[in-house]
Amino acid sequence: MPKLRVATVWFSGCSGCHMSFLDLDERLLEFAERAELVFSPIADIKEFPEDVDVVLVEGAVGNSEHLHMLLEIRKKAKVLVAFGDCAVTGNVSSLRNPLSREEVLRTVYGTEDPPGLEEGEVPKLLPHALPLHAVVPVDHFLPGCPPSADRIWKFLRPVLLGQKPALSGPDLKFG
Amino acid sequence: MIALTIDGIRIQAEEGETVLQAAKRAGIRIPTLCYLEGLSPRGACRLCLVEVRNWGGRLVPACATPVQEGMDVVAHSPRLLELRRAILEMLFAERNHICAFCVSNGHCELQDLAAELGMDHVRYPYRWLPFFVDLSHAKYGIDHNRCVLCGRCVRACAEVEGAATWGFSGRGIFTLVEADLGEPWGKSKTCTGCGKCVQACPTGALFEKGKATSEQRKKPEILAEVKERRPRA
Repeated sequence: MPKLRVATVWFSGCSGCHMSFLDLDERLLEFAERAELVFSPIADIKEFPEDVDVVLVEGAVGNSEHLHMLLEIRKKAKVLVAFGDCAVTGNVSSLRNPLSREEVLRTVYGTEDPPGLEEGEVPKLLPHALPLHAVVPVDHFLPGCPPSADRIWKFLRPVLLGQKPALSGPDLKFG
Repeated sequence: MIALTIDGIRIQAEEGETVLQAAKRAGIRIPTLCYLEGLSPRGACRLCLVEVRNWGGRLVPACATPVQEGMDVVAHSPRLLELRRAILEMLFAERNHICAFCVSNGHCELQDLAAELGMDHVRYPYRWLPFFVDLSHAKYGIDHNRCVLCGRCVRACAEVEGAATWGFSGRGIFTLVEADLGEPWGKSKTCTGCGKCVQACPTGALFEKGKATSEQRKKPEILAEVKERRPRA
């Protein structure tokens, strides 16, 4: 059986979900046996490749770069997973959503012309940090802030074995 | 005694009992949110909706519907699960429930219900309306971002404490639970500071100041204990 082509992506989130992924510890060995990590913030790969089987996306869609990238990976990946509460609900990244984008940026940076206000070296901040499914169809939701390594494995292991993942009850708990 | 069936199980119930009470005695769990033992039922959240087959499939709130002879009640079905999930998702979409950032994270009835009913995401667009937090009270705070308008605080205050400090103001999704006539909570002349509303609150909307998330576990069961003068457990 050829190895599953898995990617992970980091948008507007704290990378806690990726830390939790690394917390899989020895289970990472089984992961490496069955899957190839073809793109990830923990691997030095610049371009999102074609023909990805499964992509785990951490974080909300917070700026123009995330938006662009999400549309691209939706085209290139067969199965898209909202990985963690920010990707599923907006979560902490969406705390700014009831406030004005301009006011938030000016207050945080203490200047009238903060980065992210317009498109520039820093991508433009969107008016709201959006959950992934507000932008593209999402195949699976893996909630948690962060989802524990056990929960990630419960989800991922069936995927690696070509089965359908099914989380339920306490494994769906937000927060 | 009244005979009825719930999910095909024949049950005997006392006259005046509600469908929810009868189901509970028969060991059938019906999800609830605005219902709290010791307070009058309100039927506000609609999570306990059940289908009465021989009433033409009518949906009624189990917490506020008295048992009737021969009732054929469905408490669990794909249709009811879908309705309950939709209701929950609307509650999550309506205000800013950010579990990871909430004082009630890990011991919240709304969060638990979402997991129980298999809500892995919210299909409706979030409203992201700005709501405020009132920290004017010496001991407690109210965060309207987390309020589901269940009214358990309003009923606890009026029916158990007898102070009637809390009430609703506004309409629809802009409704707020407010002390007296919209005064900051700390300026309320009627609030006795008993904290029953905080214990009754199912989410992180009402909380104790100066307590960390892990210390915020509430005791909603004290409302029934106080009301019925039960000996302290």
